[in-house]
Amino acid sequence: MKGDARCRPNGAPGTRWRPTNAMTPFLAAQIVLTLFVFVMLLNSAAIMVYVERKVAALLQQRLGPYLVGPKGMLQPLADVIKLMFKEELRPKAADAFLFALAPIISATCAFAAFAVVPFGGSTTLFGLLKEPLRLQVADVNVAILVVFAIASMSVYGIVLAGWSSNSKYSLLGGLRSSAQMISYELSYGLALASVLLVGNSLSITDLVNRQAGAWLHVLPRWFVFVQPLGFLIFLTAGIAETNRAPFDFPEAEQELVAGYHTEYSSMSFAMFFLAEYINMVTVSAVATDLFLGGWQGPFLSESIGWIWFLLKVAALLFFYVWMRWTLPRYRYDQLMRFGWKVLLPLAVVNLLATAAGVLYFQ
Amino acid sequence: MILFYSFAVIAVVASLLVIAQRNPIYSVLLLIASFGALSGLYVLLDAPFVAVIQIIVYAGAIMVLFLFVVMLLNAPHEETEYDEHTQMLRRSGAMRFGGFLAVVLVMELVWALSKGGQTGRFAGASVSSVALIGRALFTDYAFQFEVTSVLILVAMVGAVVLARRTS
Repeated sequence: MKGDARCRPNGAPGTRWRPTNAMTPFLAAQIVLTLFVFVMLLNSAAIMVYVERKVAALLQQRLGPYLVGPKGMLQPLADVIKLMFKEELRPKAADAFLFALAPIISATCAFAAFAVVPFGGSTTLFGLLKEPLRLQVADVNVAILVVFAIASMSVYGIVLAGWSSNSKYSLLGGLRSSAQMISYELSYGLALASVLLVGNSLSITDLVNRQAGAWLHVLPRWFVFVQPLGFLIFLTAGIAETNRAPFDFPEAEQELVAGYHTEYSSMSFAMFFLAEYINMVTVSAVATDLFLGGWQGPFLSESIGWIWFLLKVAALLFFYVWMRWTLPRYRYDQLMRFGWKVLLPLAVVNLLATAAGVLYFQ
Repeated sequence: MILFYSFAVIAVVASLLVIAQRNPIYSVLLLIASFGALSGLYVLLDAPFVAVIQIIVYAGAIMVLFLFVVMLLNAPHEETEYDEHTQMLRRSGAMRFGGFLAVVLVMELVWALSKGGQTGRFAGASVSSVALIGRALFTDYAFQFEVTSVLILVAMVGAVVLARRTS
């Protein structure tokens, strides 16, 4: 990690583990931060389940969950308890090891991707710590690529779930999903590449810092105004990557029962469910950091900028849920045609135009 | 050092198990594990970019296609009992050719290990920085880079021609 000083502002903690004799306050803070992010991601999944059901109900003029807790807010808790006490079933013909491994891969990838996503500037926790702590689990100088790499690994969870279940519906769901994710990964990667051309860095923290300030004191310097097409491509490909409607082919109910997780029950099903929601949160967080200025915003100082970050992520997540309950599912050939013949050429053109623009204006 | 040895052991054991598996799906997965361990070694070498590219390109993209093909070919188990026809095939050419390749590989390994100690230097550019890798690729190694691109293009055209329906 040495050498490229440009990507490592003010001596940021590297990713290399250096042994120390005592547990420094910094290391302790880092461990606490990791646990905090883990718990918060779990919570965000629970909140998203509730929000999803409530918004769906609103859009369909229903009430949604309202019995458990005030306004039904404890419904996710009830769901989790129900899932935990359900029987764990496994088809006789399933490959036992891979059948157990697949949900673990899905959930692990979902959690791991958030490790390199910064969610706030430096803070001393209101003076509790001597040196400011960055609100990011690991500051890697190739963070964008790490996000992309982990997204490409999460395909395995779904494909293996589909294959190891030894059921027609699961296999079809798994195959469809791998085809879909490979197709949309290209556009996803190209959209990321055009952002890092504009920001001239692979570190997400750097990219967010480049979006500080405003043009003419009015328009914030967010990359979404430089890269509007890139943002749209990223959002579309992000929906496809997380297998959400209108691109939820791996689990198209009418055709495939429940797709790759047809044969799963109890907690192993819950892990797929969790992975889906956490992936949504991660994609929204990455989109916020790359296009919407991360924790940069007016009125709030850097130490409490994470409030802006949360608001922006919440807005994007609402957009996700809104899309799901507004748009009908595409047909599978339409999805593939759209991915390869519309989104990918657009992304390539966007990347070339961005590169030309960066060369021209620098 | 502990990290180095654990990654190295994972890489070697996983690679050995790849060829010891009867089920091709497991072979593919073990190969992915081996690539993951290799990428860990790259991180230890202070080359995070190479490590991440290893995951994206090999573990992410190429192995997904491998898995896809293995699943679609529907060959969950390797045939263990060979009939007369395959026995003939084995004796006549394939086995000799495989044996020849194995001998060549062992000779190469012995040659490479006997040169131990003289580790090659990365020509000029450090591999830790994306900017330096890019500069090296497009200046010192521009010719090799372009030749590789043309090679891949030819392979793509070839694949399209082979896959095209002739009707």
